[in-house]
Amino acid sequence: MHKVIIPIGPQHPALKEPESFRVVLSGEKILEFGYRLGYNHRGIEKACEARTYIQNIYLTERICGICSHSHSSCFIQAVEEIAGLQVPRRALYIRTIVAELERIHSHLLWLGVAGHEIGFDTLFMYSWRDREVVMDLLAVITGNRVNYGINTVGGVRRDVTPEQAKEILKGMDILEDRTKYYAEIATQETTVIKRLSGVGILSHDDAIRLGAVGPTARASDVRRDTRKDDPYAAYGELDFKVITDTHNDVYGRTIVRVGELMESYKMIRQLLKNLPDGPITVKAPRRIPAGEAIGRYEAPRGEDVHYVKANGTDKPERVKVRAPTLANIQAVSKMLENRLLADLPIIIAAIDPCFSCTDRLTAIKDVEGGAQGTMEWEDLHTYSIRWYRDRGIEFGAANKKLSAMMEGKK
Amino acid sequence: MAHLALSLFYILVFPGLLFLSVFGLAAEYVDRKLYARMQNRMGPPWFQPLADLLKLFGKEDVVPEESNPQIFRLMPVIALTAAVSAFFYIPLWDKNALFAFNGDLIVVLYLLTIPTLTFFLGGWYSTSLYAKIGSVRSVTQLFAYEIPLFMSILSTALLANTWSLSEMTAFYGKNPVYIPVNIVSFFIALIALLGKLEKVPFDIPEAETEIVAGTFTEYSGRLLGFFRLAIDIEAVVGASLLAAVYLPFGLSLPPAFGFLFYVVKVLFMIGLLALLRSVFARLRIDQMVNFCWRYLAPVAFLQLLVTLAVKGVFLR
Amino acid sequence: MIRPGKMIQQVLSSIFKKPATTRYPYVKASMPGHFRGKIKFNPEKCIGCMMCMRDCPSKAITIKKVGDKKFEAEFDLGRCIYCAQCVDSCLKKALEYTNEFELASLDRKKLKVTFHAEPDKGPETKA
Repeated sequence: MHKVIIPIGPQHPALKEPESFRVVLSGEKILEFGYRLGYNHRGIEKACEARTYIQNIYLTERICGICSHSHSSCFIQAVEEIAGLQVPRRALYIRTIVAELERIHSHLLWLGVAGHEIGFDTLFMYSWRDREVVMDLLAVITGNRVNYGINTVGGVRRDVTPEQAKEILKGMDILEDRTKYYAEIATQETTVIKRLSGVGILSHDDAIRLGAVGPTARASDVRRDTRKDDPYAAYGELDFKVITDTHNDVYGRTIVRVGELMESYKMIRQLLKNLPDGPITVKAPRRIPAGEAIGRYEAPRGEDVHYVKANGTDKPERVKVRAPTLANIQAVSKMLENRLLADLPIIIAAIDPCFSCTDRLTAIKDVEGGAQGTMEWEDLHTYSIRWYRDRGIEFGAANKKLSAMMEGKK
Repeated sequence: MAHLALSLFYILVFPGLLFLSVFGLAAEYVDRKLYARMQNRMGPPWFQPLADLLKLFGKEDVVPEESNPQIFRLMPVIALTAAVSAFFYIPLWDKNALFAFNGDLIVVLYLLTIPTLTFFLGGWYSTSLYAKIGSVRSVTQLFAYEIPLFMSILSTALLANTWSLSEMTAFYGKNPVYIPVNIVSFFIALIALLGKLEKVPFDIPEAETEIVAGTFTEYSGRLLGFFRLAIDIEAVVGASLLAAVYLPFGLSLPPAFGFLFYVVKVLFMIGLLALLRSVFARLRIDQMVNFCWRYLAPVAFLQLLVTLAVKGVFLR
Repeated sequence: MIRPGKMIQQVLSSIFKKPATTRYPYVKASMPGHFRGKIKFNPEKCIGCMMCMRDCPSKAITIKKVGDKKFEAEFDLGRCIYCAQCVDSCLKKALEYTNEFELASLDRKKLKVTFHAEPDKGPETKA
């Protein structure tokens, strides 16, 4: 049968961020799948080296718009480890509360996006409407709906008052009710089941071999959760279950996420009940002593890893970010094997991809030659001059002309 | 001369093109508003469909260089004409349609197939990959829903023993006892109409998250406006057909009341379609074809047998 | 258990419910008390330690010395990311956040807000 290559992205309605996927189709069937990352590269790691630790909290927070607290917490955990800071327990509890609220908001968002990808806009509208509850709660506690800015080196910036705690508990009751309803929808509505079950199979062994993390791995029955494996913040003192599922498909991933929502409500109730008294921050030095550390954090999408190297100044020497999507995207090719084009959006969406988290490097590919490599700033500069010169545009001359004009004006 | 002028008035103004366009836009508004309210949203203001259309008409047409420009430009107009012409053979608020002859039922059904074919040709000749996949899907889908739709309408025609829509409504108007016999085929026709109008769960040919806008990916400006108007009108015509066949009530009311009753019937159908599209997820093309052939067609066939039995026993 | 059209009940009851949409530009939206909006500067409290300038992640704030122990602050609302780190960094609490959030403007110049140091007149905003 005739083969066609269709581009999904960089601009495509199924993708919320620019990323390029090339799909080779025979009819509706997917034969090959290739992806190219790099459309969202913002040079954040490099930018971290030019900023102080305090400024970096806000920069790392902006790595991702959805799991912003995850990235800043992960970064701050590494920094606190290097500095040897003993963060007060109350601060850890508040961090965990915000983290779980963020997980709720992220999973509800995912549910809506998944609904939209399978053409079920009613589910999308309903779950995003209910997500407003948790967004408003986050605004009440932290002062903003996204980019909470709650973390600071050695603690948190804001306290949770008893009134706010009451408000959170009220919100949790509403959301728990709604989540139970969505669980019913996902497990009973025929068209949803038809679109989700058996789609994007990732077997238990493949999930381990390809290093899947987060709900993607847990839906393949891989018991992998940083909150349990390497407890950070207040998770060691909490009673919660790691939700796993044996369906191995998108349906399983939905069940895992809905189950995690229920666990999060439970956790927040525990956290608010056992919220210890005490200070919310400990005095932190501006200069962090030399050393290196790795922060591990279970973001809503999976395990997030930050590596920080300090050199004794107020700026880090190196920061490296490994976002959960980078671990999961390898599995997408496996999931797409022998599937139809119609399954592609939901399979990609099922790992809950965040491409701006993932893009840490831009590799420039020579389209004709196929050679691949990295380009330094100087190389890029000379390349661009040559590219324009080949097309008859002389930048040296144009520059001279321009500066002459500017001189003339003066 | 007077006859010709009257015919032109019928075709272009009332109940022809102009009325249909206004009614189509109104139906689109009702559909969108209901859909929005079902999703707990505000929905558009009443003039939104008109504003969308005027905006499209005010924009330039972009014809892809690789496409076949004649076919690309012609298809939206053909879709519109086919949908409008089907309307004249359906009895609306009077016992008789504007034009009626024995066999007009078949003509209406085929005229309603033409827009789908124009989607296919327009999409195929625009040469975009998304449009090609979308157009192939729309034809694949056509083969799946068309048979159940034809069979279910056929069963009503069998009972009335006529191929004319006007005579059919006259028959059911006289013997309303036989209307419930076809209740199953009504639901089959409603589901098939969802496929014809390419709405969720059968909006596979224009599945936004998979193939951008499917057939209409390359269309813009006036041509897209014509297509959208054609789809709106097709929705009204399809709803009118279902109303005429399955709800043939109130046809002997005085014209003003009859007209109002007709509008209510069509809007009821539109509301049902909106409800259906708000509670389902989009199916895959293989699932859709499977569903139509495995469930819809056999049930339509059973309905046919039931109708034949009823006919044999009571209408000998 | 499989039920097609499971959502039908909620969908139908939604028709008669008020839409969840907030009519934002027509109905004013209110922000919670601790919202990190536009930053306010109290010139009389400022001692010119420049900590806010040092900590600002986006270099949105500039403190200038205009006289003996008199300072004025210039904010670039286009640069500000509203993290309110400057409020935390300020030792004398000369900076505070407000609930103001409708700060968009078509004119770039209007995004520069200067708090002048005129003790008898108090803080004043000038475009």
